[in-house]
Amino acid sequence: MRKAISRIYLAFIFILLYAPIAVLIILSFNNSRTRAKWGGWTLKWYLSMFQDQVIMSALWNTLLIAVLSALISTILGLMASVSLLAMKHKKRSIVLSLLNIPMLNAEIVTGISLMLIFIAFGQFLSHWGYMIEFGFGTVLIGHITFNIPYTVLLIMPKLRQINISTYEAALDLGASRWLAFRKVIIPDIMPGVLSGFLLAFTMSLDDFVITHFTKGPGFDTLSTKIYTEVRKGIKPEMYALSTLLFASVLLLILLFGRGRKKKPAPELV
Amino acid sequence: MSNKLIDLQNITKAFDGSIVLDDLNLYIRENEFLTLLGPSGCGKTTTLRILGGFETPDKGRVIFDGRDITSLAPNKRQLNTVFQKYALFSHMTVAENIAFGLRIRKKSEDYIRDKIRYALKLVNLEGFEERTPDSLSGGQQQRIAIARAIVNEPKVLLLDEPLGALDLKLRQDMQYELIRLKNELGITFIYVTHDQEEALTMSDTIVVMNQGYIQQIGTPEDIYNEPQNAFVADFIGDSNIVNATMIHDQLVEIFGVKYACVDTGFGTDKPVDVVIRPEDLELIAVPENEDQSSEEYQKALRKITRINPGYFEGTVSHIIFKGMHYEMEVQAHGFEWLVLSTRMFQVGTKVLMSVDPYNIQIMNKPESEDEKAVSMQEIV
Repeated sequence: MRKAISRIYLAFIFILLYAPIAVLIILSFNNSRTRAKWGGWTLKWYLSMFQDQVIMSALWNTLLIAVLSALISTILGLMASVSLLAMKHKKRSIVLSLLNIPMLNAEIVTGISLMLIFIAFGQFLSHWGYMIEFGFGTVLIGHITFNIPYTVLLIMPKLRQINISTYEAALDLGASRWLAFRKVIIPDIMPGVLSGFLLAFTMSLDDFVITHFTKGPGFDTLSTKIYTEVRKGIKPEMYALSTLLFASVLLLILLFGRGRKKKPAPELV
Repeated sequence: MSNKLIDLQNITKAFDGSIVLDDLNLYIRENEFLTLLGPSGCGKTTTLRILGGFETPDKGRVIFDGRDITSLAPNKRQLNTVFQKYALFSHMTVAENIAFGLRIRKKSEDYIRDKIRYALKLVNLEGFEERTPDSLSGGQQQRIAIARAIVNEPKVLLLDEPLGALDLKLRQDMQYELIRLKNELGITFIYVTHDQEEALTMSDTIVVMNQGYIQQIGTPEDIYNEPQNAFVADFIGDSNIVNATMIHDQLVEIFGVKYACVDTGFGTDKPVDVVIRPEDLELIAVPENEDQSSEEYQKALRKITRINPGYFEGTVSHIIFKGMHYEMEVQAHGFEWLVLSTRMFQVGTKVLMSVDPYNIQIMNKPESEDEKAVSMQEIV
């Protein structure tokens, strides 16, 4: 009896979690233009989505910014983690808490501040005839900015687990410092680096607020595009698009989980 | 065993203002098994790390084979290290671990394959090429770490407490293994440990260190039989260390009793430290409440004075069976003497206790306050 209740409860929770996504997926195959009516299965929204130039360019922007900002913030986060670890304990904890504050900060505040600093910097540069154009570059910088603390958060613990004598052993066996880092440290912290990258990627993928404040007119990512569309009434292509996004994230997670299972994260003494 | 292979000259090193090594001078000969022995924090590991190139001394020079290598990077040195916790590369197979140094030196794959087979044979782990480190036991991991170091044919192998994480039985097996390896390879071993038994078993030369200073350098026999100060005597094996007065050559007074000894040259009426090893104390039982003039007592007295004219009267206050011998405490003159004997004495037994003159080790009291701090702090 108790077992049955606990099973029902679990099923209920999962229904709560997944029902909205399920509805979205089903609607993306709905042959009828309105949500209220089921008109049979179709793939036409997917087709028209792929033919819609505006959606495709927004998708391209989103993916490009997600990949680039994740990549750059992972590299910067890795560099930051290494130097943080080399710091004395007190200094390190100060820097780490300074790093954590932007994560807790309201996104809208970060977004507005980024916008303000871009404007201020643009005015400063205009004295020399240069100007800052709001668009791809500013959004990318914005995304890198809010991603860095997350990558540090995920890479640091892995790096801390490293037995420093494996690095010294590599030096001892004739490796240069860079080679020792690449051959010994990197493989051991790879799970942390990968999850840092993935988190940064997904954070960037679904970010709306910061993108909204740092993008210029005429530049859109999926989230800002969907936002504009919503005001006009959602087109069914948007369901198809969201389903595709969900499926790709799901695929990423599955791939990542499998990669980890095959080679368990090395436990270092 | 004659050439000075490594010469450490006036090495001083401090971390965050606290001195770890203070003007250390030490040379290591070719083909020697040298052990740096001391309690934690004595500077032995720092000395090894300076040799390996992982630390740079604040002052002093490291000469290797006639060349100054004080600030040479670790990857440019002709020595290899076996680390305390093995430090194997966990994402590589055993073969890849062993090949690491050889691949960096761009050796041919044929050469590398032969070397791996040779090294695994040397450490008795043939056929382990494709295993991963985390599938190996501690002892096996340690052997792989040694194999990984020796395939590079270093002139010197540095070993940083390599057996510290192993259990007792395995540790003893590995000690013999290391001696065999050293003899087969014919290279210099520099070994760091806090385990005096390990040091006595394996070394040609032992360097006893404490608080950044070398306390004594010598063969295991020297160190054990002729400790130069109370610290060494106390650190190497158990011993009874007591205050005494050197009356004149070959006569020392301990707790008011004059003992014959063999040491000379300490002057007259000079305060000294005396070390007596527990296994060197000899006991003869006398029945309790026995009159001193009785025949029984006189017989015991004659027996004990044949060992040494001086003797103590004491009472056995504690006894533990240790397998090969009994460990006893004997109360005499307000001091608890530690005694090892194959004979058993009941607690409460009155005994006469003495020691052969050859087994009384006389040591000068530390002269300066500094020296005193170094030698006495660990004991009290």
